Amino acid sequence: MKLNCELIAKVLENFIRDELSKAGFSRVVVGLSGGIDSAVACFLATRALGAENVRAVLMPYRASSKESLIDASSVVNQLRIKSETIEITSIVDGYFSTQPEANSLRRGNGMARARMIVLFDKSMQYRALVLGTSNKTELLLGYGTLYGDMASAINPIGDLYKTDIYHLAEFLGVPKAILKKKPTADLWAGQSDEAELGFTYAEVDELLYELIDNRVSREQLIQRGFKEDFIHKVIAKIQSSQFKRRGPVICKVSPRTVTHDFHYLRDWGL
Amino acid sequence: MKYTVALAQISPKLGTLSDNLNLHLHGIERARSAGANLIVFPELSLTGYILQDLVPDIAIDPNTSPLLQPLLNLCQDIACVFGFVEVSDRFNYYNAAAYAAQGKIQHIHRKLYLPTYGMFDEMRFFAMGENLRTFSSSFGDMGILICEDLWHPSTAYLHAQDGAQAVITISSSPGRGVRHGELFQTSEGWTHLLRTTAQYFTIYNIYVNRVGFEDGAHFPGGSMVVSPAGEIVAQAKYFEEDFVVTEIDLEEVRRARLFAPMLRDERLELTLRELTRIINKRNAAR
Repeated sequence: MKLNCELIAKVLENFIRDELSKAGFSRVVVGLSGGIDSAVACFLATRALGAENVRAVLMPYRASSKESLIDASSVVNQLRIKSETIEITSIVDGYFSTQPEANSLRRGNGMARARMIVLFDKSMQYRALVLGTSNKTELLLGYGTLYGDMASAINPIGDLYKTDIYHLAEFLGVPKAILKKKPTADLWAGQSDEAELGFTYAEVDELLYELIDNRVSREQLIQRGFKEDFIHKVIAKIQSSQFKRRGPVICKVSPRTVTHDFHYLRDWGL
Repeated sequence: MKYTVALAQISPKLGTLSDNLNLHLHGIERARSAGANLIVFPELSLTGYILQDLVPDIAIDPNTSPLLQPLLNLCQDIACVFGFVEVSDRFNYYNAAAYAAQGKIQHIHRKLYLPTYGMFDEMRFFAMGENLRTFSSSFGDMGILICEDLWHPSTAYLHAQDGAQAVITISSSPGRGVRHGELFQTSEGWTHLLRTTAQYFTIYNIYVNRVGFEDGAHFPGGSMVVSPAGEIVAQAKYFEEDFVVTEIDLEEVRRARLFAPMLRDERLELTLRELTRIINKRNAAR
């Protein structure tokens, strides 16, 4: 799973500059969590646009770990980007105080969507596009909140596996504390991505790379030593989360339907 | 004979003919002041690449379109190869390339192989070209290919057998694969292909790929000229717009064919006989 970090950083920086300037923007806002994905997104954006054009928004909930805020601040300080902190506690608690039976999954989704509300409002306020921070592993496994952390205008890291993000983070000089800590969505205390998923990113990325990028057959993968139930579990996750990777389904009744046969890129005329 | 070619590695704007026409006019002026005799733009240079449903809206009938006139007017003492969508009188749409000189379009190549797999969907929107022809120019006999065409070795083979001393390939080839080597795997593939076909068929390969992004699809550039000995004579940068001017010396074609006379020794009847046999065998198996 080697990655040419210098090449990929250059292409992603060009991507951010090109897609932004074509759409008439020069700035981005990034939800900076203290985790590695949003840190890498901030580093790439700063290299592409200059620190003055990157605004990090830190959006802690009352139960968020203090460590997350410290790590996020270390990125802000190192890159000298603009930042602001917006607590989402009142938005989240305002709604969930009326929903006492809501479990942690519902509440977690609510927090992710509250952050989306803030980011897209900041997008309007600063005429800045929301930079996405979902990686390819999350997108394939559906490990993200639809219309929450999956929402963005452009996403520079969506075709990189979590393992790639680590390599790239090291290349870009992301603070060591962020590189070393365990990945977490930090939606509740002690949450861990890998514990929740039931496998490590290193394991699943190797499988996904062979399965998706190289289109290796299941039989071949078993021969290569991947456990059959692990393969099935991962494929089931990909399949059951397909709805998150597509827009809403529209019933086709007219000759040309927006989601069926109206084929134009977003970059149309840009 | 020697001539000077300019490789215009541009980033066309998707579906906006007037802006792209301006890119062409500026490019031609720049090539003229650099002393170039020929300027080559990438595939679909007048329109952008992932056109989809825009195809019928930006298609041009090159015989009647007033839009091309300013470009053709500039092609008096310089020749130009550019890409556009051609609409035929049967309302077929072609991914096409034109060779313009002396104020007129002298030759049109319609893309023969339309990639329709993976990220590509060309056959959905375009009709396939049916002919592969060389043409005479002030710079000797030439052939034009568009992107995927060159990945079918029969195209460069036929052009060379038909007399081309230089083959111009224009492309909008997206970069994919970053796990091995210093470049995108697709860029490495192009280099191998251009060097190999140039050397095998003892022709100049003139290659222009675009740069820029379309909805995150990335075009890495890397335009180049390869000599009939398979050596890279000039190369544009990867990942950014570039404008490379280089000399082509047809004496190199003569010398390459002296040292490696494969073109002379090629047995067309043998090839044709065996192709006929293979076609018959396949038909019999149906």
